[in-house]
Amino acid sequence: MNSRRRLMRQLKSRIFLGLSAAATMIGLGWLALILGTLIYEGFSGIDLAIFTESTPPPGGMGGLLNAIYGSVLMSTFAVAVGTPIGIFAGTYLAEYGRDTRFAFIVRFVNDILLSAPSIVLGLFVYDAMVLTMGHFSAWAGGVALAIIVIPVVVRTTENMLLLIPNTLREAAAALGAPRSLIVRLVTWRAARAGMITGILLAVARISGETAPLLFTALNNQFWSVNPNAPMASLPVAIFQMAMSPYADWHRLAWSGALLITITVLLLSIIARLIEAQTDRGSA
Amino acid sequence: MSQANTVKVSINNLSFFYGNLQALKNISLPLYLKKVTAFIGPSGCGKSTLLRVMNRIYELYPNQRAEGEVILDGENILARTLDVNTLRSKVGMVFQKPTPFPMTIFDNIAFGLKLYDKLPRSELQGRVEDALRRAALWDEVKDKLNASGTSLSGGQQQRLCIARSVAIKPELILLDEPCSALDPISTAKIEELISELSEDYTIVIVTHNMQQASRVSDHTAFMFLGELIEFGETEKIFTMPSNKRTEDYITGRFG
Repeated sequence: MNSRRRLMRQLKSRIFLGLSAAATMIGLGWLALILGTLIYEGFSGIDLAIFTESTPPPGGMGGLLNAIYGSVLMSTFAVAVGTPIGIFAGTYLAEYGRDTRFAFIVRFVNDILLSAPSIVLGLFVYDAMVLTMGHFSAWAGGVALAIIVIPVVVRTTENMLLLIPNTLREAAAALGAPRSLIVRLVTWRAARAGMITGILLAVARISGETAPLLFTALNNQFWSVNPNAPMASLPVAIFQMAMSPYADWHRLAWSGALLITITVLLLSIIARLIEAQTDRGSA
Repeated sequence: MSQANTVKVSINNLSFFYGNLQALKNISLPLYLKKVTAFIGPSGCGKSTLLRVMNRIYELYPNQRAEGEVILDGENILARTLDVNTLRSKVGMVFQKPTPFPMTIFDNIAFGLKLYDKLPRSELQGRVEDALRRAALWDEVKDKLNASGTSLSGGQQQRLCIARSVAIKPELILLDEPCSALDPISTAKIEELISELSEDYTIVIVTHNMQQASRVSDHTAFMFLGELIEFGETEKIFTMPSNKRTEDYITGRFG
């Protein structure tokens, strides 16, 4: 009786282990398949021309230079605009507002913004900027991306600051430091790694966004550095080329996708390294 | 203990509230100049709260308020008109868990100094060294002043925090269970340090450890449920307390 029960128990354990392993395999399998295809299709297309030539005319040959430039420019603009706003708002929530009604409302609105579909943000910027200015532009694309950066940075900044024990703030206050100095010299510094990670994750998030750029920056087949004019970007270029009937364009699209993936991967690795660094430092 | 006692701080009819909850009930007691006063009592008796009134650190939190008087050198520190940062320059505080700032050992000490004076580099170095010497930490860290404050051991971190408070030359030092997170050897070092510091500073220590209170303090206040039950010379409190509840507590019958 006793041994039969044990056998049943072991059998159940095996079954559940098997199911869990199978579920993991299915999840990871798709990921491996996606990455495998991406590398297989994309890697062969990566050559010098990608970084030196602009997107080709239909049926022709070319590279992704203008799209890379557009993505870097608009992402940089978005981070430059979105990060300070996000950090100050997150700092307000964690250090000043905390449990006030206003902070509660800001937090709620930020959560909505965080989960808003990016196409909605794109439409908003289309209405607010593109229609007002009368034309598509890299400015509008940058603003749309900045609106995606802000809630991510607000959230991570607040969360990282809330992890700092209150006694650290008290210790600085007990020395007679005013609140602005406590924030600037102590809590920001203590939460620095987490806050930088948040910014990197925001960059990773916007580097693949297509929807908000579609009707803001639009696209541009030619080399253009004018931020007041339509500009190409990697995601939109991929979208356009993947939809085309040309095999060469398909290969370029794969290479662009691979470039984005590698960038995001590198950012994630850097973020992890920074985290590991501080874990060791403050242990 | 034979010297005459001068009153440095006089606490008069002090009550304290966390929202609607009254944590201190009409506390009155003196703190004597260059003496160590220990606050003892079971958890939740209000001893830490009393300590946190003396540098108005409770003001960081809304819903906390104090009523009554705390007279430091003839001035009521609870008066709205008194600038809280000026007060805190005169009252140092060390917490239960070490709280080194995320910066170098040197900058940890210099942090407080830079708040008040724009000192030339050489004088700043002198003041940092002096503070570290007073906290008996200089010999251990003099070769690594640029190392992170968080890289030190727990006991060293706590002495760093004491050095940080001492650096701004306070008149009153508040110690909130400074040894409760430390091992016996570090604790012994801190206790020795407290005796040395009491030659120059008025010190208040909150402690759960009654042996510690009897070792380091000149006066002891026993608190229970927000009330001051007994205050007197440490020797007397620990040998012949006049209140039954004090006796029960120090003999370990409760708490």
